[in-house]
Amino acid sequence: MEIMRVLAYVLVMAVVTYLIRMLPMALCTGRLKSRFIQSFLFYVPYAVLGAMTFPAIFSSTGSGLSAAAGCVVALALAYFGRGLLTVALCSCLTVYLAEWAMSIGLLH
Amino acid sequence: MEAVAEQSYSAASSSAAVQLRQGLRDGVPIGLGYFPVSFTFGLMAVSMGLPIWVAVAISITNLTSAGQFAGLELIAAGGSMVEMALTQLVVNLRYALMSLSLSQKLSREVTRPQRLLISHAITDEIFGVASARPGKLTAPYLFGLIAVPVLGWTGGTLFGAAAGGILPESVSSALGIAIYGMFIAIIVPACRSHRPVLLVTVAAVGLSCLLAQIPGISSGFSIILCALAAAGLGAKLFPIQEAEKEEQEEGL
Repeated sequence: MEIMRVLAYVLVMAVVTYLIRMLPMALCTGRLKSRFIQSFLFYVPYAVLGAMTFPAIFSSTGSGLSAAAGCVVALALAYFGRGLLTVALCSCLTVYLAEWAMSIGLLH
Repeated sequence: MEAVAEQSYSAASSSAAVQLRQGLRDGVPIGLGYFPVSFTFGLMAVSMGLPIWVAVAISITNLTSAGQFAGLELIAAGGSMVEMALTQLVVNLRYALMSLSLSQKLSREVTRPQRLLISHAITDEIFGVASARPGKLTAPYLFGLIAVPVLGWTGGTLFGAAAGGILPESVSSALGIAIYGMFIAIIVPACRSHRPVLLVTVAAVGLSCLLAQIPGISSGFSIILCALAAAGLGAKLFPIQEAEKEEQEEGL
């Protein structure tokens, strides 16, 4: 593969991605006045995170079953107010154990 | 006059150090979660015939998973530059929404050059954690928050490209859920304490699951549609009060 062409691809990727991120933050330096826009932006993080997590979480590991187990553990720990790292690591551990249990035939 | 200025400077700088430390601490789980994903990216890039340094250069300059994987596919397929630009635009457009949302949460002291630097590192996870932080966001906190994930992302790419196949399958499979676990830890407490947030989130999740059934809608595009629809619905049905917003920002 010709290296100059590859670098041109990389440049296009980098410039487009940077402009998308940079323009709103650089241009919007004041508080937005509209109550609708303010409310909208207040809700955006939750809508984005919710849409990003579901249904993608169920295909994030080796099997749908282990992912579902990890998801349930994460929901339960988050419900009881555990921190980010605890919730993330416990769901990883659950996935690991679930896949181990599946590999020796305890779960299937 | 000078003494006062000096005093306030030292107060600001000590709190800046604290902020930086808090940012670094909050960035660790993100960086850990990035490592296996960028490891896979490095592995794929090299298996396609790209030099290691190009794989790392892509990760430093793009800092995004979906966009980079889509980019690799296009490079392999020999797509046109216009195609590449449009793909990146669609897959990454959600960052514009996040950037706008974060612009409202930045402290007034964040300068324009700092904004130009910080905005490069707006990823799903950094956005999620930054949004969940109570109060305004300062530059030292954000630089701390960004540091470990950037290191994890580029370091993972380098390791994946250079070494390949080191992580056992079972470990990389388990790490795959880390980022979603973090998202859940951010969403659930807010849903518990604020009913409109719960409804907005449920609407977004429902729509997202629906769109996933339709072939041809990329995940990046689906996220934009869900965010516009669910947050728009929330803003229409439950417009926030100024006081409530301040209170939410304190406790969010």
